[in-house]
Amino acid sequence: MSEFPEEEELSSHPRPRVIGTPSTAPKAVDVPTAPPPPAFSADPPDVVHGRRAERLVAALFILAFLAGCGFIAAYVGLEIGIATIPKGANAVVAALRSNLALGSSLAVALLALGTGSMIWVRHLTPNIEIEEERHDLPSEPADRRAFQREFAEGAAISQVTRRPLLRRTMLLATLPLAVAPLVLLRDLGPLPQTDLRHTVWRKGLRAVTLGGLNPLTPADISTPGSMITVIPEGYQDDEDALAKAGVILIKFAPGEMSWPDRYDGGTLVATMNWTIDNIVAYSKICTHLGCPVALYEQTTHHILCPCHQSTFDASNGAWVIFGPAPRPLPQLPLMLDSAGYLAAASDFTQPVGPSFWERG
Amino acid sequence: MSSIKSRRRHPAAGYAAVAGGLVVFGVLYSTLSGGNASAAAPAGNQTQIAQGKSLFVESCASCHGLDAQGTANIAPSLVGAGAAAVYFQMSTGRMPAKELSAENDRKPTTFTNAQIYAIAAYVASLGGGPAIPAPSQVSTVGANTALGEELFSTNCAQCHGFAGAGGALTYGKTAPSLNASTPTQIYTAMLTGPEAMPVFGDGTVTPAEKRDIIAYIIDTRNEANPGGFSLGRTGTTTEGLLGWLGGLGFLVLIAMWLTAKRRDRVQTEAKDQS
Repeated sequence: MSEFPEEEELSSHPRPRVIGTPSTAPKAVDVPTAPPPPAFSADPPDVVHGRRAERLVAALFILAFLAGCGFIAAYVGLEIGIATIPKGANAVVAALRSNLALGSSLAVALLALGTGSMIWVRHLTPNIEIEEERHDLPSEPADRRAFQREFAEGAAISQVTRRPLLRRTMLLATLPLAVAPLVLLRDLGPLPQTDLRHTVWRKGLRAVTLGGLNPLTPADISTPGSMITVIPEGYQDDEDALAKAGVILIKFAPGEMSWPDRYDGGTLVATMNWTIDNIVAYSKICTHLGCPVALYEQTTHHILCPCHQSTFDASNGAWVIFGPAPRPLPQLPLMLDSAGYLAAASDFTQPVGPSFWERG
Repeated sequence: MSSIKSRRRHPAAGYAAVAGGLVVFGVLYSTLSGGNASAAAPAGNQTQIAQGKSLFVESCASCHGLDAQGTANIAPSLVGAGAAAVYFQMSTGRMPAKELSAENDRKPTTFTNAQIYAIAAYVASLGGGPAIPAPSQVSTVGANTALGEELFSTNCAQCHGFAGAGGALTYGKTAPSLNASTPTQIYTAMLTGPEAMPVFGDGTVTPAEKRDIIAYIIDTRNEANPGGFSLGRTGTTTEGLLGWLGGLGFLVLIAMWLTAKRRDRVQTEAKDQS
């Protein structure tokens, strides 16, 4: 029982304080303070003021009652269902009216109730300061000694200390149950494998406009400064594919584009050969966090990501000129298919979208 | 200064400071509505072109040059710009510009529709460029608003916002609100790509799809605001700003009232009597 010093020890030897235990220094509540001013009598002596406050509180409570009734009336009375609203009425307007009535009546009811209660407390009850003392956090030494004694007795009776085989096999029995939740993480889904590195674009796959699904010839994008979002033909309903395969086509005037060196895995690629008739195709997925980037300014050739203001220079290989994006937008090699429509010459040569663990 | 010092201790000073802060940071909205010019297309003929040329020399040539050939670093050449560009720039009041700038704001135009069409006919006679669409081309009757929404979200919303309320571009430039735009103005803007806006020609966004987009813009403009206040329909930014400054400021005021030191009348009255 030596861990628990006796009361006398505690008071005579200041021991080093353990974090989490109460300080042995005298607490604020122990220090005698100046005697508080005498409490006032329970009756507010200002009769006129009290009567006025009482009337105000009663009025607020009646307002709360009426607003509460109004809430019920609005709930019962205002129809929002398309089948039940009056013929010819707008369902959106009906929902707006219902929301407004329900919300404002409930707000008025709760606010009036709360305001009334506060005025009651502040103007009608006497101003008496009350102090409630806290007991010390640790239990009494006698209780702690008793607990330790009982714990030791229990350990001895159950023989858990004397039979190590039982003790260890019991721990072994609980081990799989403790690990089981970790195994459930497997249900988060299969590993992405190489999905992050590839899109559905492949040689000869046509680019069609998102929405209208029209294939495009270079003549369709003849005006410099044109821009359009395209998707791979036939994938308009494949959300998984579209999440990575969105592409913007931008038309430049001759001589407007320049070509910084773009390396893929150490080899220099000739990205100027990836354009058709000054039409260049960039991934629409921001390389920072994957927002769609299509905010294109034809005067400055900036492509801006609306999420974190990453700015890419479309006339210079979509190089990053501002913002948190770590790398340029990947460029999609373009070709013309046999019918003269714009199509991909291959998949993107590098992963599109944000960085991931193994991207390098 | 001493008067401020003494008033700082006034019981209402805290409320006044918070309320003052709220006013300073408060968001003010002004809705400007522009008049819509009716789009009746007079036929382009030699008289109209001659009239347009004389108007051009009066109002435009000081920057764009006597033959619309442009002036280096000041104004672009209008040869090949087309009638649609002239219609958009002049009917929205952006041209004649008040000052040399990468961006001109919408303002009331001082030209009549006939004068704008005359200047447009003159510029078109210089060669090339898209024409002003006929009223039937911008009619939203029978247009597919749902497809218009999809096309708007894909191609327009990143700059103009999902409800066409406008938004920020790079380096302080802005995309304007579409709330005051007429169907012909929206159509000609897509055709010509004014200022920083890219061109959405008939090859990429077909004339039928342009009508769908216009129908979506007009429909959205007339939509009720189910949440109550529109807050400019600029999205989460204003909603957050109002929530934090307005809502939180209100809660701060309530908290100050709840915890304010009670001025005890009992005590003061007792003092007065003694």
